[in-house]
Amino acid sequence: MTDPASLATDPLFGLPLADLWFGLLFFIFATFLFLDGFDFGVGALFATREDADEREQLLSAIGPFWDGNEVWLVVFGGAMFAAFPAVYANLFSRHYLLLFAILGALILRGLAPEMYEQRHDEAWQRWWGRAFVIGSLTAPFFLGMFTANWLLGTTTIVTLPGLVVGLAVVALTVVDGVAFLRLKTRGDLRETLRTDGYRALVAYLVLIVVTLGYVYGAVPAMRAALFSAPVGVLVLATLVFAGVYAAATRADRYYVAFGAAAGLVFALVGIVAGLMYPAIDRAGGLTVETAIVSTLPLNLLSIGAAILLPLIFGYFVILYSAFSGPIEAGESY
Amino acid sequence: MIDPVFASRLQFALTTIVHIIFPVMSMGLAPFLVYFTWKDIRTGKPVYEQLRRFWTQIFAVSFVVGTVTGIVLEFEFGTNFAAFSTTAGELFGGPLALEGMMAFMLEATFLGIFVFGRKRVGNVLYMLSAIAVGLGTWLSALWILIANSWMQTPRGYELATENGQTIVQLVDPVAAYANPRFPWMFVHMQNAAVESVALFMAGLGAYFVFRHYVWGYPVENIGFWETTLKFGLLALLITAPLQVLHGDLYARHVVETQPQKFAAMEAVWETDSYVPEYIVAFPTSIQDLFDPRAKDIFGIGIPGGASWLASGGDPQATIQGLEEFEGPQPPVAIVFWAFRLMVALGFWFILLAVWGGYRWWRGELLSDDLLQKALMLSMPLGIVAVELGWVVTEVGRQPWLIQGVLRTSEGVSTGLTGVEATTTLAGFAVVYLGLLALYAYVVVRIIRTGPPTVDGPELDGAGTPASEVQADD
Ligand code: HDD
Ligand code: HEM
Ligand code: HEM
Repeated sequence: MTDPASLATDPLFGLPLADLWFGLLFFIFATFLFLDGFDFGVGALFATREDADEREQLLSAIGPFWDGNEVWLVVFGGAMFAAFPAVYANLFSRHYLLLFAILGALILRGLAPEMYEQRHDEAWQRWWGRAFVIGSLTAPFFLGMFTANWLLGTTTIVTLPGLVVGLAVVALTVVDGVAFLRLKTRGDLRETLRTDGYRALVAYLVLIVVTLGYVYGAVPAMRAALFSAPVGVLVLATLVFAGVYAAATRADRYYVAFGAAAGLVFALVGIVAGLMYPAIDRAGGLTVETAIVSTLPLNLLSIGAAILLPLIFGYFVILYSAFSGPIEAGESY
Repeated sequence: MIDPVFASRLQFALTTIVHIIFPVMSMGLAPFLVYFTWKDIRTGKPVYEQLRRFWTQIFAVSFVVGTVTGIVLEFEFGTNFAAFSTTAGELFGGPLALEGMMAFMLEATFLGIFVFGRKRVGNVLYMLSAIAVGLGTWLSALWILIANSWMQTPRGYELATENGQTIVQLVDPVAAYANPRFPWMFVHMQNAAVESVALFMAGLGAYFVFRHYVWGYPVENIGFWETTLKFGLLALLITAPLQVLHGDLYARHVVETQPQKFAAMEAVWETDSYVPEYIVAFPTSIQDLFDPRAKDIFGIGIPGGASWLASGGDPQATIQGLEEFEGPQPPVAIVFWAFRLMVALGFWFILLAVWGGYRWWRGELLSDDLLQKALMLSMPLGIVAVELGWVVTEVGRQPWLIQGVLRTSEGVSTGLTGVEATTTLAGFAVVYLGLLALYAYVVVRIIRTGPPTVDGPELDGAGTPASEVQADD
């Protein structure tokens, strides 16, 4: 920044801010999907565990974290609103019912664990347990649908690729959830989770291949992007991360598996971004260049993000290191 | 099917009116929690640990429900008010993005440590977590109120055309974000939040004190509840007079910046001087009660009171009447009644504070059962006053969404159909009722379970129950 007056006319340090914000937006989305993804995955795995103690362990594992994780979605919305207001408006109003479905799922997911812990009688816990599972399955499913519709520029709610991507995202959150839980639990639970991880991984890979096949076959406009270097690298990276995940899960290298799960999520979101660019709202005919907010607010936003995002990473490091290692069920205060 | 514009407005009204309850609880509790944590760490007295742990539970549920309802609001700008978001996104999006990065992140991450981490982290980090959480709630308010106050008194912008649409372009960020309404709104809102929580605490403490001393059902932890009552009263003594004094000055600022809103608050149709401020006002007939224009109001008022309020001390001052403004008027009756009730509550809270303070000073706090009943009944009234104040603010600025720039009818998403809007409105009506019921259920459970037992000497109450000693009135 040279002098304050130039804030209104020149991009900060002459940086390509529109492209950077496009990248940052997807980075925030990926961070959300990775972090809250394991919360969703824990919710899905909750359905597969009957034992009351094991269920407590699952809830305790995400207890201190899920709220902070979900804020990444709020920041995603805020960043899109601030940097690409027209996209925020077009996209959200176009997929009106789908967005409220996502919100409904998030309400259920957020409320259910809180309620589950309130009472310890069986009927109560059965119902709130179900609510938790439903919220945790439908939130990533609808998010996947939304992402597919956004990418492909469709205006109808239910589409075939939407359903496939929805399922793929659900599978991915289970992969993610297993990796997280294997860090946070011990004993039998930790052992048996391994199989869940393998199964979800296979499902995810199949669904992603189907999705990419669909894009290749049915969306000629994206065929070139599919074979561009960035997307190609990310597709290969997905295979590598999947291999690492499987091997690390077998060898009980918990942190490596967790890192590989993160790699899978970031690769997926990267693929979406790569296929979309330079458009940012296909159905609305907006590109990154036309949709970006004007220079002054963009510069201010960039300064804000440059200061705050590193701080936020600091908060997460503090939070996750305060609770490193397996968590005891019922631990609080 | 309801018209999409009307349905969107109704939905936004419903969802914000529900949302604000939880931030009020968390923003109001924040200073108390910081204090209790500090005292707990410094003195190690059991009562402070109890206070911290008990109120943290209430804070935590409020936060969870605040989060799930807040995300809905943020998304609604895009889903229901897309035209507004496109037009004003350049000014409006920034504060929301900063709110997320600066406030919500701080609050949500450190809340994990604050709620679950007492045994895992040292005193210093724990204390810092309490401060971070509290600061986070207040910074949330800061940014969201910057956004809202800009809609009331827009500054620092120019109209421009982009992609064929008229948009509001940011030219002077300082003027826009430090707009004239902002400091008024922030102080009034934050003080209201603390006042509301003070009323809640005082009422809750009074309930157990009443049970113990008047009804004679021995209450476990009675000392804890007495302390709660006193903390509530103390905070009320500070916040209640401040709120009314500040509100009085605030009204003057509204006259200057949104004269049409002020005329609606006072239901002044014709420009007049020496306008009275009605203390008691009622419609002259049943039809008038439902008259949206609140035209024929009969009131007993302070002569020249409204003029005095508007001008800052001159009972002869002229108030611009609604008829001077062209175009549609806000629904005057709603604004008028909401304002009256808020003001009445403001004075009622002062009365409660003074009454309680006097009894406390005389050492009669635990024996005045009428005071205790009054405090119990007033427990939710702080939040009621907040809702009323927001109704004045938001309904009073109609037909404008951004004062003088964009009308509400022009702000709604153009592609939205009546079917879609009605579906989600109906969904929210059901889901939010359930949400409120669940919140109430959980809070009542926390209260009935009472404060946790902690190591150390039990805090004794000031006396024994009425069943053993004659209670004096
Ligand atoms: C405990 C709650 C509470 C109490 C007792 C009062 N208020 Fe209030 N008032 C609010 C809580 C509130 C609020 C937090 O709900 C509002 C909505 C927006 C805002 O800034 O504060 C508000 C808005 C608000 C407005 C509208 C401002 C606008 O349009 O932006 C005015 C003029 C006043 N108040 C004035 C008063 C007066 C004269 C009071 C007493 C004599 C009073 N308030 C008591
Ligand atoms: C949380 C406290 C709030 C409450 C209780 C509240 C209440 C309301 C109500 C009752 C309406 C309907 C008015 C009408 O259509 O007649 C409304 C509309 C609206 N409010 Fe608020 N509001 C609050 C805070 C905010 C804030 C902080 C913002 C902006 C940042 C905001 C933005 C809007 C918008 C965009 C509308 C829709 C357009 C309109 O009807 O004017 N509100 N609000
Ligand atoms: C109508 C406009 C509003 C919008 C769009 C909005 C948005 C949000 C969002 C997205 C969250 C969730 C944050 C998270 O994930 O942690 C939230 C929570 C919160 N909001 Fe609002 N909000 C509005 C009105 C208000 C008002 C008027 C206030 C107070 C002045 C307020 C204060 C808070 C606070 C303190 C929280 C933290 C959660 C809690 O403590 O309950 N909000 N809001």
